[in-house]
Amino acid sequence: MNTSPTESSSAPLTETPEEISRRRFFEKLSIGLVGLCTAIVGVPLIGFLVAPFFRKVPEKWVTLGKPDDFQIGKTVAVTVTDPSSLPWAGVTAKSAVWLRRVSQDGFIAFSVNCTHLGCPVRWLEGAELFMCPCHGGVYYDDGAVAAGPPPRPLFRYDVRVANGEVQMKQAIVPISTTL
Amino acid sequence: MIKILKIVWQWLDDRVGISVLLSPMKHIAPQDSKWWYVFGSATLVAFIVQVASGVALAFSYISSSSQAYETLLFITNDAPFGRFLRGLHYYGASAMVLMIGAHMAQTFLFGAYKFPREMTWTTGICLLAFTLGMGFTGQLLRWDSTAAWSVVVAAEQAGRIPIIGDWVAHFILGGNTIGGATLTRFFAVHVFVLPGIMFAFIGLHVWLVLRHGISEPPVAGKPVDPATYRAEYEELLKKSGKPFWPDLAWRDVIVSTLLIIAIAVAAFVVGPPLLDKPPDPSILTADPRPDWYLLWYFGLLSLIPDRIEGYVMIGFPILIGLFLLFIPIWNHKGERAASRRPWAIAMASLSVIMIGALWWEGQQSPWSPNFEAQPLSEKVVGATSGPVFTGARLFHDKGCLNCHLIQGFGGRRGPDLTYIADKLTRDNLVIRILNGGTNMPAFSSSLKPGELDALVAFLETRKRPLRSQDQANDAASSSTSATK
Repeated sequence: MNTSPTESSSAPLTETPEEISRRRFFEKLSIGLVGLCTAIVGVPLIGFLVAPFFRKVPEKWVTLGKPDDFQIGKTVAVTVTDPSSLPWAGVTAKSAVWLRRVSQDGFIAFSVNCTHLGCPVRWLEGAELFMCPCHGGVYYDDGAVAAGPPPRPLFRYDVRVANGEVQMKQAIVPISTTL
Repeated sequence: MIKILKIVWQWLDDRVGISVLLSPMKHIAPQDSKWWYVFGSATLVAFIVQVASGVALAFSYISSSSQAYETLLFITNDAPFGRFLRGLHYYGASAMVLMIGAHMAQTFLFGAYKFPREMTWTTGICLLAFTLGMGFTGQLLRWDSTAAWSVVVAAEQAGRIPIIGDWVAHFILGGNTIGGATLTRFFAVHVFVLPGIMFAFIGLHVWLVLRHGISEPPVAGKPVDPATYRAEYEELLKKSGKPFWPDLAWRDVIVSTLLIIAIAVAAFVVGPPLLDKPPDPSILTADPRPDWYLLWYFGLLSLIPDRIEGYVMIGFPILIGLFLLFIPIWNHKGERAASRRPWAIAMASLSVIMIGALWWEGQQSPWSPNFEAQPLSEKVVGATSGPVFTGARLFHDKGCLNCHLIQGFGGRRGPDLTYIADKLTRDNLVIRILNGGTNMPAFSSSLKPGELDALVAFLETRKRPLRSQDQANDAASSSTSATK
């Protein structure tokens, strides 16, 4: 004779203290084991997703060119390749910086990201201004905010001249974290 | 033959329980549930289109930062039906968003979220959020220049979240910058995480519809009383209820069919959204914009004052979300008819007007400079040499035209300068150019000697032309004066 799932799973009407104790034990044991199984699978899973973001990536210097490649007073876009990129990054391993030569040995490498929302700013040669296509943020040639919503000047990367080359610290997307 | 098929069916049905599984389709519903009630099933059908077309696309799409763009080019240009399929997926998403909007508006205006269907509404709001999440991640899977830069914008927005912002931003980017780890996370979220959650929530949503029944159309003067509603509803079903299938479902089938035809026609005729340049972050001519269903939010963030932007960016979606989730908690009884709830009509209308207006502004983006502005023609300038001509050239070369309009040419970020000489004197013009102003850079350090004079000379010619009548009047008054 068939019994409904409700009938078969319901507890007997009368239970001895031993039966109650035994039932509670199995209940707790089962819940505990489910928790253990979840932890066995879940902890490495969460770790896999999260751990890479706590790993410190060593900052490397990348070469932008020879000093003579850049004229004093000019700002040019220089393409750089991320030396730490994953093998399948393809074109996304590339990025760009706006490099300005201010003197014989002085270079400024500006992030291309607008400090408002990260859009790529463009250099207007004639106007000597950086302008953002998204919300019209404008910066002077030294990266200072000239107009629009950007909350701070263009981010500058560390630059050095070493071994006859202009080098900069690896390009990252600078994140504005203040409200 | 038919007899054999019948036997096979009976055996299968007995062992598998197909009839039992489909029996909810025949649940009794109020017979007055007519054309207003078709949007929920239409949303479900659009979702099914998304699942089917998405699975098909996944047969060719490679979720690698280096290859996704090429596979999209292949799907669009070479794969049989590929262009159609991409279009189907894009317009299916658009249809789903539209149908959710219609379904929400109908549910809200009919007061169908009230007792005992509060959680049906709440799960629906969650599904709206997941759908918008699917829309955004889907746009990013269209791995072109716009998508790559949209990831940066998303990371910058996330960076504003207090305390955990930096971490979330780096999670979105997949590191310190766009790279090999960026696309795969959006692929996993778009293809596995969100659809999995959505299947669960759609199941829960439909279960709640079956549990509490399809709400009857509201009647003015018949408020919801939690103490008596269930008994009244049962009585209504007993008296005049009809099985959903097939008595009521035919309308849903008709509307869903029309929806699929509309999606297919749009996919075939208009085609999928064009791919932008490759996702190469060293290409700096990108101009990231969200797809149309998030364009209104882009418009909102662009129009609010800068000093509160961060708070709105983070707080607005949270507040709207909480408001929508908790509507049925503080408004779970009373009148359902829209005619007795004028505030409900006002809220729904205002929402549509607000989203529509912001969408239009987002579409126009007057706050964005026009980088395509060409030098003004001789006809507009009115000179082919001299300071005015030089000034017009400088007006273009110095980037003024990117933000200002002259006779309809240029950008709209700043004021229209077509008739600026009617408003500002020469001295005013000089001050503005040298010192800048609100949202305008100062040009004092970048103008060479003589350039300021040329610019001002050009701007001084930007006057409203005298109308012939005015000229005639001027001539008449001159001749009268001369006679006197």
